[in-house]
Amino acid sequence: MHDDPLKDEPKEKVDDNSGVSRRDFLKISTISAASVPILGTKIVQADGQPVKVFGPGKVPVELTVNGEKHTLKLEPRVTLLDALRDQLDITGAKRVCDRGECGACTVLLDHRAVYACSVLAIDAQGKEITTVESLMQGETLHPIQQAFVDNDASQCGFCTPGFVVAFKAFLDQHPQASSDEIRRGLSGNLCRCGTYHGIHLAIAQMARKGA
Amino acid sequence: MPDYNWPDADHRTLIGKRISRVDSPVKVSGRAKYTYDYHGANMLFGKVLRSPYAKAKIVSIDTSAAEKLPGVKAVEIIQKPDATAQWAGDEIVAVAAVDESTAEDAVRLIKVKYQPLSYLVSDAEPPAGAGEAAGPMSQDDIDDAISNQIPDAQLAQYLQEHGVTFKVDNDFLKDMEGEGASEAVLAAIRQAPYHEVKAAHHSNYQKTATQTSGDPDKAFAEADVVSEGLYGAPVIVHCCLEPHGSVSEWADKDHLFTHISTQNVSGIAAQMAEPLGVSAANIRIHQDNIGGGFGSKFAADRWDIAAARLSRKAGGKPVRIMLERDAELKVAGARPSAYARVKVAARKDGTITGWQSQSWGTGGPGGGGMPPIPYVFGIPNQRKEHTAIRNNIGPARAWRAPNHPQAAVISMGALDDLAAKLNMDPLDLWLKNLEIAGPRRDVYREELAVAADLMGWKEKWRPRGQNVSGNVARGLGLSIHTWGGRGHASDCDLTIHPDGSVDIKMGTQDLGTGTRTTIVIVAAETLGIPIEAINLYIGDTLYPPSGGSGGSTTPGGVSSSTRRAAVDAREALFGKVAPALNAQPEDLECVNRTVRVKSDPSRSLDWKQACAKMGAMPLTARGHNDQVAGNNHPDLTNSGVGGVGMADVEVDTETGIVKVKKMVAVQDCGLIIDLKTAESSCYGALTMGISYALFEEKVMDQATGRMLNPNMEFYRLAGLNDIPELVVHMMTGKGYDERGVIGLGEPPVISPGAAIANAVANAIGARVSFLPITPDKVLAALNQRKAGA
Repeated sequence: MHDDPLKDEPKEKVDDNSGVSRRDFLKISTISAASVPILGTKIVQADGQPVKVFGPGKVPVELTVNGEKHTLKLEPRVTLLDALRDQLDITGAKRVCDRGECGACTVLLDHRAVYACSVLAIDAQGKEITTVESLMQGETLHPIQQAFVDNDASQCGFCTPGFVVAFKAFLDQHPQASSDEIRRGLSGNLCRCGTYHGIHLAIAQMARKGA
Repeated sequence: MPDYNWPDADHRTLIGKRISRVDSPVKVSGRAKYTYDYHGANMLFGKVLRSPYAKAKIVSIDTSAAEKLPGVKAVEIIQKPDATAQWAGDEIVAVAAVDESTAEDAVRLIKVKYQPLSYLVSDAEPPAGAGEAAGPMSQDDIDDAISNQIPDAQLAQYLQEHGVTFKVDNDFLKDMEGEGASEAVLAAIRQAPYHEVKAAHHSNYQKTATQTSGDPDKAFAEADVVSEGLYGAPVIVHCCLEPHGSVSEWADKDHLFTHISTQNVSGIAAQMAEPLGVSAANIRIHQDNIGGGFGSKFAADRWDIAAARLSRKAGGKPVRIMLERDAELKVAGARPSAYARVKVAARKDGTITGWQSQSWGTGGPGGGGMPPIPYVFGIPNQRKEHTAIRNNIGPARAWRAPNHPQAAVISMGALDDLAAKLNMDPLDLWLKNLEIAGPRRDVYREELAVAADLMGWKEKWRPRGQNVSGNVARGLGLSIHTWGGRGHASDCDLTIHPDGSVDIKMGTQDLGTGTRTTIVIVAAETLGIPIEAINLYIGDTLYPPSGGSGGSTTPGGVSSSTRRAAVDAREALFGKVAPALNAQPEDLECVNRTVRVKSDPSRSLDWKQACAKMGAMPLTARGHNDQVAGNNHPDLTNSGVGGVGMADVEVDTETGIVKVKKMVAVQDCGLIIDLKTAESSCYGALTMGISYALFEEKVMDQATGRMLNPNMEFYRLAGLNDIPELVVHMMTGKGYDERGVIGLGEPPVISPGAAIANAVANAIGARVSFLPITPDKVLAALNQRKAGA
């Protein structure tokens, strides 16, 4: 997680004191239309366009996680994953590659699966954040979780929450999906212990249910 | 004398059945806590500045700007000026700050001047004539050899022949014991002759083994067929999903509490005590769950010591250092490479008569040893020479079945090429030579038959390059393997409470292999109660010590200590209950939640009523498994397994892409406690095997000395869609169950790489010498074959 100073990129002209990094810049520029009202922002010119800048320093951030609202003060560069884990102690989503390669940090953002390591916390404001912790109904496992248990689809278990959440997101959007389709849908998640055989079986169990 | 023996098949209600892993629900729900999830109050975040150079002398370090940065609470210099960084990523300075980004900022403010030195990051074949003659071993050499898990006999023989450069004292022996040196190796170190002077290593190459047995010259001169080839496997990394690291905090200046991601809960405190200047008794180690280890997490690493020192400097606040992904792949362990030029001599009928190999490989700065080649087959006439390459790629660590997968790739590849040259089905060649396959030869015979059946080998197998349809070539390959797997030292405390509740405490760890499940099955079976009735506590030095989880030693160790504790506790309970049932204690049994009289089951108490007879005090029994087999009466664990791997692959001869279509694993491991998790170990091993066979390599940049792929995009692991139909068959029943419990973590991961390499050779009619079998290598092998034809 190294944020290279923007001054290394001479093409993009930004107020030198803005504290904006290239990574922040890219994120900000994609959400500038979302116009989330946040205190402490300012507008700078980047490539002739006005963009909203958060920080430098900590800014207030409001996150809705599993239906509960949390108000935090975070540096704008903090990812959703780190905010969940280090600020809210919601640790089901795991930090593994920290750059969108392995899927262990998968959470739902407005019901769509995202890599929480690749979303800034400030970008997750105003959206419904759902983590693996919310899948159980009381002490009853979600059918996907039960399918993982039945088919021994976890060993060390570090990739498991990411797989479970990605699985749920995919099935929610494709309730009639076949096993092959689910497999493709989960191909953004990696396991090291080698639990894919169990996951294949869990997929088959769920696909049968869906059919 | 209580009967500790495993119950026979008729009296097992849980052992050997398919039982769901007891910690699955917490894992699938996200509730399972790992070291990385621990967040102490006021926790500080540690970050490490690492050497950008593969080898460099540290000239100066200026941490003043970092120290002044608001939010920075402590700075710890790990390697001082004048020290030499030995690989890119070597630790130089650690900092602790109030949050992670501040710690990262602080690291960027540290100024280090380096004097870059010449380095080697290649493990290419050593130039002819390179290689210092073998010499006596320094303390570091021995340390490296043990870390690399050089086979005991090889290391002992080397020590006997070449001696040591230092006076051996008890401290050193104790250190080596802590690192896992066996009795045999410790004895060899003690008896090694002392040679006063040993110049620093000048060469990167050292001939570490030169061995001749029988009469290889005669064998090759008289051979009907001689097959020659080049085989090997590169350096790969562990890529644990939970990186290495820990959180340390001081309760006061003498008491440390460390959460650490480790395979060795009971063995960590002793490693931290000396560098921190505190007694091991005052260090508490804790771990609930570990996100992968695979052999790389036995030590308290430099960054763990740094975290504890940073915490001390910061007034005892918890300091977390968990490695970033790039550091995890660069410095936290790698499997040594091994390559070999091999010649095999044989008679026309397939009898193998001679072996000759020149092998080389690297385990980083330590060089590494010769893998056990020729593997499994004790070929009668041999000449072997191994050159270890000491280089600057970072240190090696044990990786599931150390040295064996490499040995299998080399040996099984050479024998497969021999079979092709003899126009034999390799299955027939293997069967033909089982007489020299050691003590498990009859097991291999049975397992090969089962595997061939499950694969449909006889129906599917075609001679090399003769199963081609258009641009799709199909092929089969096989390999066999062996491993020890005897139970390690383990202590278990089992307590029965007067209200009928039962708890077990043991300083072991569950790597995802099913250790928790194993323990509760054994206890529940012994006490005749359901597994849910047992509360299991592991992963803490507050509990009795149990060995590190490596070398497939855990199932034997924990099942034996649990069985002994449970039997003793049960006997003690019988003593309390017998008067109430008007019986003698030895006439009682625990069955189906009751304590009852064997000869008259109608005289019984349910479990709770029986436990109430204890009065107010609970009873605790301590079970011990000794790692020396002869000290256990009876011995409940055993050593030595076989195992077969078979692969069916499809190769696209236009793109060079290899697709594994089916894998078969047939495995024995003595008495199986839980069939479900045992099978999962094999499925996982096949999957890891496909991954290292086709994708994995630690790629070093010769120009900068750095690892080129320290991430999960370019260090590719197999994904869901790379895994085909996997078939696992566990050998059970007569001939297996009565052997006792044997570990399973290593053996099934050994053969897949060799089996896949052989299947590719069978498909395309040419050998891809080195793993991973990437499309470019497949196309090169095909082009070479065409050019030669």
